Amino acid sequence: MPYLVAAYLLLIGLYGVVTSRHLVHLVLCITVAQSSTYVLLLAVGYRTGGRAPVFSDLPPGTPVVDPVVQALTLTDVVVEATVVAVLLAVTIQAAKRFGTVDPDELRALRG
Amino acid sequence: MSRRARTRLFLGAAAVLGAVLLWGLLALPRPVAPPPPSARLSTSVAVHERHVTDTVAGVTFDLRGLDTLGEELILFVAATGAAVLLRAQRDEHDEADDDSEEDPGAPGVLRVAATTLVGPVLVLGAYIVAHGHLTPGGGFQGGVIFAAALVLVYAAGKTLATDPVHPVASIEIVEAVGAAAYVLVALAGLVVAGVALANFLALGTAGQLLSGGTILVLQVAVGAEVAGAVTLVLTEFLDQLVLE
Repeated sequence: MPYLVAAYLLLIGLYGVVTSRHLVHLVLCITVAQSSTYVLLLAVGYRTGGRAPVFSDLPPGTPVVDPVVQALTLTDVVVEATVVAVLLAVTIQAAKRFGTVDPDELRALRG
Repeated sequence: MSRRARTRLFLGAAAVLGAVLLWGLLALPRPVAPPPPSARLSTSVAVHERHVTDTVAGVTFDLRGLDTLGEELILFVAATGAAVLLRAQRDEHDEADDDSEEDPGAPGVLRVAATTLVGPVLVLGAYIVAHGHLTPGGGFQGGVIFAAALVLVYAAGKTLATDPVHPVASIEIVEAVGAAAYVLVALAGLVVAGVALANFLALGTAGQLLSGGTILVLQVAVGAEVAGAVTLVLTEFLDQLVLE
């Protein structure tokens, strides 16, 4: 079931990117599509009855969910945040330079 | 290509992609499957050989330490790139209109609430950074909380870039020091133990604040880097707002 959510998030995010009429909306759709990878990674590591992989209050040997995919998700979140920051900065530049944030009107290269 | 044609093309492609995705997802492990070897091995290494109780931190800053180094440098480069992009705009503006109008200031309640919260938020950020190897948290999470303190300062009605003190320079230094510290710890492992990012410090007792060897040092380095980077990006974006 979480896998279906991940697939849905990816597809609906891509749909938003394709049909977007505003660059900020486009960037947010990219984040939606990317958040599918969080769901997918965490779902791969989840096991029924697994506890959070933090042993400060668990005896060693308790079954836990996979910490490796959680660390990967952490990397994923950080990379997404940086990508969004740069894309929004580019959006501001595009808006100032061309006076529009509609991707369809940014089609032609202008010097 | 018209919008309609593009949407139609996408729907066709998405149907294929969705079918392939479903096909692939069917082969992925179910929650009832036995735990993968990575889960057992990484937890046992993190707890018994690295003496950290938060195994995610053990994985991120030790077993996958090199990946995290790359990740941190991505953050550093992206923050610099965003700042450069936004700053090019600021220079144009500085020439255009130099007469900045008086800051109207935030409403009183907001100002009081924001200034009251800055201190506790900074303490919370330091706590999250320092206890990342014991409980969930760590350099990335704590660094972002540090940056939230900046937003509170902004909400209280203080703009940073137009300030005579101009703390942007010191933010950049914090960010650079954080990134450099991570690289230096990685190189120190090469010098001391012969392996880059080797955990060469005393490991201490699992569950205590000073444990985990270099993991805690790297957490603090990442905390400084993330706080600097997020603060820098936020400051540059907020400046855009001020310059409008």
